[in-house]
Amino acid sequence: MATQTETKPAHPGNGNLIGLRKSDYRGGKSTLCQGCGHSSIASQIIAASYEMSITPERIIKLSGIGCSSKSPAYFLNRSHGFNGLHGRMPTIATGAIMANHGLKAIGVSGDGDTASIGLSHFIHLVRRNVPMTYIVENNGVYGLTKGQFSATADKGQELKSAGINPFMPVDICMEALIANAGFVARSFAGDPKQVKELLKAALSYDGTAVLDIISPCVTFNNRDESTKSYAWARAHQEPLHDVTWVPKREEIQVEYDPGDRIDVEMHDGSLLVLKKLEQDYDPTDRMAALKMLAETSCGGYLVTGLIYIEDNRPTLTEIENLVEEPLSVLNEGKIRPPRETLEALIQTFQ
Amino acid sequence: MTNKQGPQTAEAIPHRERIVNDLSMVVATVNGSGSQTSNTALIRAIFRMGIPVSGKNLFPSNIQGMPTWFTIRASSEGFTARRETVEVLVAMNIATFEEDLSGLVEGGVCFYPDHFSAPETRPDVVFYPMPVRSVIKQVNPPRELRDYMVNMVYVGVVAQMLGIDLQEIRGALETHFRGREKPVQLNMQVVGASASWARENLQELDPYVLERDSQTEGMILIDGNTAAALGAIYGGVTFAAWYPITPASSLAEALQTYLPQLRKDPETGKATYAIVQSEDELAAIGMAIGAGWAGARAMTSTSGPGLSLMAEFSGLAYFAEVPVVVWDVQRMGPSTGLPTRTSQGDVLFVRFLGHGDTSQVMLIPGNIEECFEFGWRAFDLADRLQTPIFVLSDLDLGMNMWMSRPFQYPSEPIDRGKILSAEQLEQVQEFARYRDVDGDGIPYRTLPGTDHPKAAYFTRGSGHDDRAEYSERPEDYEGIMQRIARKMETARALLPKAVIERMKGAEIGLIAYGSTDSAVREARARLLDAGVKTNYLRLRAIPFGPEVKDFISQHERVYVIEMNTDGQMRMLLQLEVPEHATRLHSLTHNNGLPVSARWITERVLEAEEV
Repeated sequence: MATQTETKPAHPGNGNLIGLRKSDYRGGKSTLCQGCGHSSIASQIIAASYEMSITPERIIKLSGIGCSSKSPAYFLNRSHGFNGLHGRMPTIATGAIMANHGLKAIGVSGDGDTASIGLSHFIHLVRRNVPMTYIVENNGVYGLTKGQFSATADKGQELKSAGINPFMPVDICMEALIANAGFVARSFAGDPKQVKELLKAALSYDGTAVLDIISPCVTFNNRDESTKSYAWARAHQEPLHDVTWVPKREEIQVEYDPGDRIDVEMHDGSLLVLKKLEQDYDPTDRMAALKMLAETSCGGYLVTGLIYIEDNRPTLTEIENLVEEPLSVLNEGKIRPPRETLEALIQTFQ
Repeated sequence: MTNKQGPQTAEAIPHRERIVNDLSMVVATVNGSGSQTSNTALIRAIFRMGIPVSGKNLFPSNIQGMPTWFTIRASSEGFTARRETVEVLVAMNIATFEEDLSGLVEGGVCFYPDHFSAPETRPDVVFYPMPVRSVIKQVNPPRELRDYMVNMVYVGVVAQMLGIDLQEIRGALETHFRGREKPVQLNMQVVGASASWARENLQELDPYVLERDSQTEGMILIDGNTAAALGAIYGGVTFAAWYPITPASSLAEALQTYLPQLRKDPETGKATYAIVQSEDELAAIGMAIGAGWAGARAMTSTSGPGLSLMAEFSGLAYFAEVPVVVWDVQRMGPSTGLPTRTSQGDVLFVRFLGHGDTSQVMLIPGNIEECFEFGWRAFDLADRLQTPIFVLSDLDLGMNMWMSRPFQYPSEPIDRGKILSAEQLEQVQEFARYRDVDGDGIPYRTLPGTDHPKAAYFTRGSGHDDRAEYSERPEDYEGIMQRIARKMETARALLPKAVIERMKGAEIGLIAYGSTDSAVREARARLLDAGVKTNYLRLRAIPFGPEVKDFISQHERVYVIEMNTDGQMRMLLQLEVPEHATRLHSLTHNNGLPVSARWITERVLEAEEV
């Protein structure tokens, strides 16, 4: 199912390639706190979808429970959404995508949702390579229930009501890699440009694209020493590269020396251009990615960018060998075998 | 302890009248010894001789090496429930030989391998030793098949002594091996050699005979889980998720067997279905609900422990009004609470599954035909009512072999319920997902991917207004609850009616449901023999239709027969008809075994002081 229309020329003043305005992608009024990282991510989802000219009716939004999971109500009003159960979004997503594999799925989860109550579903979703964009809005704290530690909170961190956290954090990117994810990225809600470009890449990816976004909670976990705070993340962000997503068949405008960049061709023909920064980083080397995460998790840096990509793993849709037409709209002739088949079958039980 | 008297003679055993087509046979084997083919061959051969028959596997929760029992009941009267008496024993497990023998009726028959020593505890029993080792030596099958072939020896000897036609054994093996001639031939060599030996060496001393009849013509012999899976396939299932659990696994496995045969696109060979073995039951129902929401005909199948994990999602689907079908093949209690034994203990749990005022819709098949019929009908009801449909089967119905009339092809076209297309959206002023437009409590829905700016809505739990917007306004919540209550009234009229059978002059009523039907029918015949006439209502769905209340009001005493300890259905009926609550009396049987007609008969006679 095409999600981009290439026939219409772009009219910058008159909407995107499919003639929609940015307002066609907006959501309901947010009930999140002023300054919440999640709101910034919602804005980038709107911007990315608009700029990619995705038909909003061809997107489904899925979430679990928590502040992050409320946010699908705040973007893409013209997309169907399902705010499910705490931690169980991957299961709903799996079923929905099998029912209609022509849709693009955006899952929004939080660190409680993904790293605690739903950790097994997350791992199994990744393992099955269910085609979807899986965003974790990671703030290290339970916001809606007022400030308990989550499983991604820093060891030794102190929170007002929760005390000192004695446990090592779960690293969502590392979990994804261990589960054999084919697309793993980390970003920071305070870096909207990078969030947007990585979102576009995720939306162009053919399998599970995991996007772990540090998204500060301004109310419960934004003290300067917290690794999930705006101040700390700004001061310690170390991008692996400069990321630019280039749509299908568009001239590459970015003028980097080919030696200074890595081009990753996405399944839909678009291109992800990674410009080298201080050091060489090869996002197609899984062991290097794991090593980098292991080294930097305790190193006092917030490494962001595309951590790992591999584009030839079969998706669950391919493994299930589904007919092209979505299962949800198959008519009776396709889903009810004819009478004579039943008669033949009955004979085998006689 | 051993039988040293040598072969029994006719003089030692008193002559008895022949007993034709009326026996219960137990094959006692060791778990994992490959007796399934043999037992299936025996039961199917008897079935193909036109004799009503049923087969029940009583097995403990083990994989290999522990005792297991397969029971075959032949009944010229057509009764197929578990019978408490055992007339014929095939003792293939030395560890349980003495205990098995003690369960035989006076003058029963025992077949045993001649290298076992038969206990001397039952001089009344007719013993037939079987030369298992020498037959195997004579036929000399490949070493790796030898263990299986051992079990074919009893097939041959039993067939010879009871009168089972060897041609029907062959036919049964052809069915079992799906027409592959080589294994059929090899097995028949053993069967034939064993039968010949018995013909030449054993003297017929027992009264039990199987004779050709004509009561199974056109009938099928099948387990309920396979029937349910086939029903689902003909109901257009497009998505199934499941997690392995006894006694429900074979339902999903039957989907995996038959879907590729029946539901591949003829041109591309691609699947018109997806089936996912999930990481747990929670995920299984989550996937099914996601698929149902997105427009699939979605299902999952499980048993009690899995259902416990599905509680939260069941409530969500109820309030978010998402169609999904859940098969609950019931077993006994939690954890190691007899996972391989049958029960009807989930009735109350399923009825109220979910937190916050859920009253789930339930279908209760009572036989194989209904496993198939409710298999397809459940999807139509789920789509029509936009709610989970729970289908309550149990281990006895689901995993055991039952004789049945053949399946009826679905009598109605597929019903997708109230789904608005893009064209229809163009014509409506406003689309409000949870608005009661038609007054039947059932709102309209749109499927994700519907190409219209009005199509989208946001699905969430019970806190929403009729436009699916989040709302905590008291009147919105009450409005949703009242509309769902109206929807459940609509459901009463759409669900299968209870089946009522009357006897002229009957004063007492029996109410039962599910797999106990066969035992209740037999008990009614025995009660009639004892002069007690009964009317019988078999429940097939909840919420109940008006016929249930009428039936209860027509009888001074109504006995509710069920396989749980607390009388769960009786409680639901008392809630339904509080004005007649004291007329309802529980007869509950809950020990892991299917209820028998004798048990029901005795309990009713006791209660009626006959």
